[in-house]
Amino acid sequence: MENKETRRAILNYIERNSKANLGELAIMLGTDEITIANEIAEMEKEKIICGYHTLIDWDKAGSDMITALIEVRVTPQRDRGFDRIAERIYNFPEVTAVYLISGGYDLMVILEGWTLKGVSQFVSEKLSPIEAIMSTATHFILKKYKDHGTIMVPQKKAERMLVTP
Amino acid sequence: MRNPLSKKVVNLEPSGIRKFFDVVNEMKDAISLGVGEPDFDTPWRIREEGIYTLEQGRTFYTSNAGLKELKIEIAKYTKERMKVDYDPDKEVLVTVGGSEAIDIMFRAMLDEGDEVLIPQPSFVSYLPCAVMADGVPVVIPLKNENEFKLTAEELEAAVTPKSKILVMPFPNNPTGAIMTKEDLQPIVDLVIRHDLYVLSDEIYAELSYKGDHVSIASFPGMRERTIMINGFSKSFAMTGWRLGYACGPEEIIEQMTKVHQYAIMCAPTNSQYAAVEGLRNCRGEVAKMRDEYDRRRRFLVHEFKRMGLECFEPYGAFYIFPSIREFGMTSEEFANRLLEEEKVAVVPGTAFGACGEGFLRISYAYSLEDLKEAIGRLERFVERLRK
Repeated sequence: MENKETRRAILNYIERNSKANLGELAIMLGTDEITIANEIAEMEKEKIICGYHTLIDWDKAGSDMITALIEVRVTPQRDRGFDRIAERIYNFPEVTAVYLISGGYDLMVILEGWTLKGVSQFVSEKLSPIEAIMSTATHFILKKYKDHGTIMVPQKKAERMLVTP
Repeated sequence: MRNPLSKKVVNLEPSGIRKFFDVVNEMKDAISLGVGEPDFDTPWRIREEGIYTLEQGRTFYTSNAGLKELKIEIAKYTKERMKVDYDPDKEVLVTVGGSEAIDIMFRAMLDEGDEVLIPQPSFVSYLPCAVMADGVPVVIPLKNENEFKLTAEELEAAVTPKSKILVMPFPNNPTGAIMTKEDLQPIVDLVIRHDLYVLSDEIYAELSYKGDHVSIASFPGMRERTIMINGFSKSFAMTGWRLGYACGPEEIIEQMTKVHQYAIMCAPTNSQYAAVEGLRNCRGEVAKMRDEYDRRRRFLVHEFKRMGLECFEPYGAFYIFPSIREFGMTSEEFANRLLEEEKVAVVPGTAFGACGEGFLRISYAYSLEDLKEAIGRLERFVERLRK
C-alpha cells in the first residue's frame, strides 16, 4: 500500500474507533503493526491526528452537563480579521469549540458548563464585555440525538434470519 | 383425488439444506456466520427516499420494464463501472431481485433439452430455475486448487452441442472467488467458439477486493451474448427491497420483459424510486461498506491461517470458504455439531452443490465483535476435534 493510502485507511478506521488494537488494525489493513504505529506517530507529530477524545453521554453518567451554542457577531480587527478575537475566546477552557461561520453571525462558540448560571455568567462577564463583540445569542442544547457521528438515543436493531442462502 | 402436483416441481432437489436452515432459525440463542445478506442497514438516503415516495403517493405500477429514471441510472452505472453500454429503453429490465432475472432469463431462452452449464459451488437458484424452464442443468464442479475459478479445461469438458447458456457466478457465493480479466479471457474464447450465451451474475460486483470487478460482457464479442444480472441487495444493502435488473441485447431483454410482464407486472415502485436515489447519491456509502467488508475479510483470513484451517484467500463477496476435510466429517455433520456444541451457525458447503462437500461457507456480514466471538467458539470446537 502507498503511504498516502495507508494513512487514509488508518484515519478512516480510527476516526470512529480510536481504541483500535494496532496489531488487529494491521491485519485488517493488510500491513504490519510497525507501519501502523509509525504512521500514527508521524500523523500525531504533523497534527493530522489532533487528539483522542471520549464521547460521553453525561446524562447517563448522572451529571447535568449543559451545552450552549453561542452565536457571536464581531467587528473584525484591522490586519487580524477574526483571529485575535477568536483566540481570546477559545483560550477559555470551558469553550469546547469555536468556528468562524458564514452568514448571519461570525463566530459559533460551543460552551460546556455544569450550571446554567455558570454559562450565563460566562456570556455576560467574559464574552459580552469584549469590545469587538457586537452581540451574542445563546442557545441551550436540550437533547443530543446525535453527536460526533454517533446516534445517542437508543436504537433497535432489526433482526436478520440466522441463515439465508 | 388426482395428484395435484407437477412432477417437475416435486422432483426438484428438496434443498437438503432447508431442514438445517429451519433448525438454525429456530435456535434463538445461536450466533450466526450463516447469513447471505449485508449486516448494514440500507443507507438512510435511500430509506428516506422510500418514505418520501410513499408520502407522495407514488404507489402505482411502473411500466413493466421499470421506471425510466431508474433504467437511465442503471445504464449510466453499468457504463461507468462495468464498461458496457446499454440502451436504457430497450436493453435494461428492472426485476424483483437478481433471482427473478435468473428465472426469466432461463424461461426466455431455453427450449426443452437445452443445456445450462452451472459451475458449482454457486447460488442455489440456478439449477432449479433451469429445470423449471425445461432446461437441462449440467454441473461443472469447481476445485479448491483453482481457488474455485472456472478453468477453460473444465468448461471445454462440459460443453456439448446442446449447451446453450453458461452461468458465470463471480464474485461467487459461497466461495468468495473472483475471476480477473486474465482468468476470463480463455473462457470468453471458448464461449464464442462454442456459440454459447452467458448469464453473468454480478450481484457481488461492488464487493471485489483486488482491483475493480471485470464484467465478462465488456470483452469484445461478448456484449451480444451476455445477460448481465445485478441488483441492489448486496452492494446497497437492500435485500428486503427486492430489486434487481438484467441488461443485455434487445432481442433477449424483450422476451424476458414479456415473461416478467405476465408473471410479475413490475418491480415494487417504492423500491425503484429508492434505488434511483441510491445510484445517484449513495456510491460513497457503497465504498465505505466495501472497505469495512475488506477489513473483516483480511481479519478472517488471518484467523483461519492462525487456526490452521485450510482456505484460499477470497477476493469477492462477503464469504470465506474454509476446508474441514481434515476432520473426516461431512460438511453437514460439522455444521450440525458446531451448532449443537458451540451454538454457532455456518452453512455447509453442500448447500451450494455436491462439490461443496468438505467446506463451510462463513459469512463476514457481521460486526468485528460478532466475528471475534464466533471465531473464538469455532476455534474451541476445532481444537476439541483435533485432540
